[in-house]
Amino acid sequence: MAEIQTLILYCSLFISLFFEVFLLITYLEVREEITLETKYVGKDVKRFPTVTIIVPCFNEEHTVNKTIKSILNLDYPKDKLSIITVDDGSTDKTIRELKRFEKHPQVSILLKKNGGKHTALNLALEKVGSDLVGCLDADSFVNSDALRKIVPFFDDLSIMAVTPSIKVHEPKSILQYLQKIEYSWGIFLRRMLSSLRALYVTPGPFSIFRTKVFRELGGYAEGHQTEDLEMALRLQKNRYKIVNSHGAHVYTVAPKGLKALYKQRVRWTYGFLNNAIDYREMFFNRKYGHIGIFILPIATSSIFSTLYIASSAVWGNLSRALDALTRFETVGLDWKFSLSSFDWFFISTGIIPFLTISSVILALVMLYLGIKLAEGKVKLTRGVFYYLAIYLFIVPLWLTKAVFSTIFKRQINWR
Amino acid sequence: MIDSRKYVVAFAITAVIFSTAIFVSNIFSQKKLEDVRTIENRVALDILSSETQFALLEETSCRDIGPGFLSTELGSLGEKLVYAENQTELNTADFEYLKRSYFLLEIKDYLLMKRLTEKCGIKPTFILYFYSTEDICEECERIGYVLTALRDKYPDLRVYSFDYHFDLGAISTLVSIYKVKSDLPALIINGETYYGFYSIEKLEETVPALRELAKKAKALEASATSSLKTD
Repeated sequence: MAEIQTLILYCSLFISLFFEVFLLITYLEVREEITLETKYVGKDVKRFPTVTIIVPCFNEEHTVNKTIKSILNLDYPKDKLSIITVDDGSTDKTIRELKRFEKHPQVSILLKKNGGKHTALNLALEKVGSDLVGCLDADSFVNSDALRKIVPFFDDLSIMAVTPSIKVHEPKSILQYLQKIEYSWGIFLRRMLSSLRALYVTPGPFSIFRTKVFRELGGYAEGHQTEDLEMALRLQKNRYKIVNSHGAHVYTVAPKGLKALYKQRVRWTYGFLNNAIDYREMFFNRKYGHIGIFILPIATSSIFSTLYIASSAVWGNLSRALDALTRFETVGLDWKFSLSSFDWFFISTGIIPFLTISSVILALVMLYLGIKLAEGKVKLTRGVFYYLAIYLFIVPLWLTKAVFSTIFKRQINWR
Repeated sequence: MIDSRKYVVAFAITAVIFSTAIFVSNIFSQKKLEDVRTIENRVALDILSSETQFALLEETSCRDIGPGFLSTELGSLGEKLVYAENQTELNTADFEYLKRSYFLLEIKDYLLMKRLTEKCGIKPTFILYFYSTEDICEECERIGYVLTALRDKYPDLRVYSFDYHFDLGAISTLVSIYKVKSDLPALIINGETYYGFYSIEKLEETVPALRELAKKAKALEASATSSLKTD
C-alpha cells in the first residue's frame, strides 16, 4: 500500500514538474513577443470598431456604480462604445443604482426576472449590433486603457475573442492578499496558454468577442454555473481563436472571507470538471492542438494530483503534530533543543523532498514572471508570504467538495 | 500543428530533474549510512578497549574504572537508527546489516556492564527495552520518549533497546532468558520484567539507582565547576 502511495506521489510530482517545465519553455519561446506587446499594444490605435459591454447584475448595489463608471471612463471614442446593463432580478438596491445612468446616452438598462447570469447575457446579446461585444461582471472595474489594449488584436481576422489580465481590486484581508498573488500567477498562465492557443476560459470580467461568434455558435449556456468556461471550450471546439492581452488590466473584488472564497472556487472547479466531461471528445485529440493533447488533460489531472499532494502534505504535518503532542503529553516540553544539538542526519533527504523543492523553485520562477507581467516590477509583498504559507492548505477544501459533487452529481450554489 | 519537439524537450528536462533528485538523495542516504557505520565502528572499538581494560584490571580496584569507561555513543546511534527506520530511502539491506550490528554491540555492552556491576558491587543502571516494529505499538512510541528523556536526564543510564521481532539469534536468546512475552513494550529492570507504559516518575520510583545517578551527576558537575574556578 505504501509503495502504491509513493508511486502515485512520484507520478503526481512528475506531471506537475513536466507542466512547469513546459510552461517555462513556452515563456522562453515567446518572451520577445511579450516584450513587444507590452511596449506597443494600445499605442497608436488606428481602427476603433464599435463595442458593446454587457453588465449583468444580481445584487451588486455596492459595486455596480463603480463598474459602469469605469467603463464610461475607458479611453475609447464615446460614439463607438455602449453599455447594456441587465438586472437579473436583484433583491437589493441594484436597480436604484442602475437608474442613476438612465439618461446617459451610452447606457441602456434591461430588467428581467432572475434566471441566472447566462440568461441576462443572452437577453442583452439580442440587442447588440456592434462589431465587438464583451461582458464585465458588476463586481469588476477596468483600467482606462484596457479596451485600447484589446481592440488591436482584432485586426487579425482569425481572432474571435480576447481575454484580459485580471487583478485583485484593493485587497484588504489576508485571503485577498493571497488571491492577489494567485491572480498574478494566473496572468502568467493565461499568457502562456494564449501562445499555445489553449485558453479554456474567457473570463466574465472583460473578455471581448466578435459579435458574430454568438450569431454563429449561439448565446451563453448555463455551463454548470461557469458560462465563461463553457463558452471558451465551445470556441475552442469550433477552432475559433482566443488570445490574451496581458496588458489589458481588469480589477475584480476578490472574496474577503474563507466561506465566500470556498464557494467561488467550488463553483469554478465543479464547472471545469463538468464542462470537461461535456467536452471530453477534445481530450487527447490532436485535431484541437495543445488544448486537446495536453492542457485539458493536465488541468483535469492536476485537480486530482493537487488534491493528492496537498492531502499527503496536510496528513504528514498532522501526524508530525500528533507525534509532538504525544511526546509533550508523555514527557513535557523538551527544552534541551538548541543549535548545538542540531544534526543534519535528521533532515529528510529522500527523493520526494528534492522533487518538491524543484517544483516549488519552478513555481516561484513562474510567480516571479507573473508578478513582473502584472505589475511591471517584482516586490516581495505580504501576499507572497500568505500565498506560500496558506494556499496549499486551503486548496484541498474546495477541490474535495467539487470532485465529490461531480462524482455524486450534487448541485452546487452560486453564492 | 503541434510542436512535438517541445514535449520531448520538456520531458527530457523533467527526467533530468527527476534523475538528479534520485542521485542527490542517494548520495545523502549513503552518507547517512556511512555516518552510522562510522559510529558503530567507534562503539565496537570502545567496547573492545573497555573489555581489554577490564581484563587487564581484573585484579585491581574498581576505582581505576572511571567515567567514560563504557562507550557514550550507543544512545545517539540508536536514535539515528530509529529515525532511519522510518525513512524509505534509508531502509535498505545496508540498514538491516547496521541494525544487526547495533543490536550485537548493545548486547556486548550490556554484558560488560553486567560484569562491571558484579565486580564492583554497584547498583545496576541499565534497562533492557523490547519494542515491536511489526505491529502498531503506540505504547512503544510513548515509552520510547520516556526512555530518551531519562537518558538525557541521567547520562550514565544505559538503555538497551531491541526489536522483539528482529531475526537475530542473540535477541531470541535474551528473550528466552528473561522469558519476555510478545505483550510489548517490555522493560527489564533489575531482573524484573515490566509490560506496558510507565511514566518518568514511575520509572524513577522503580529504579532507585537512577536517583544515585542524578546525585553522581550533580557531584561531578560541582567538582568540575570548582576545579574550573581554581584554575
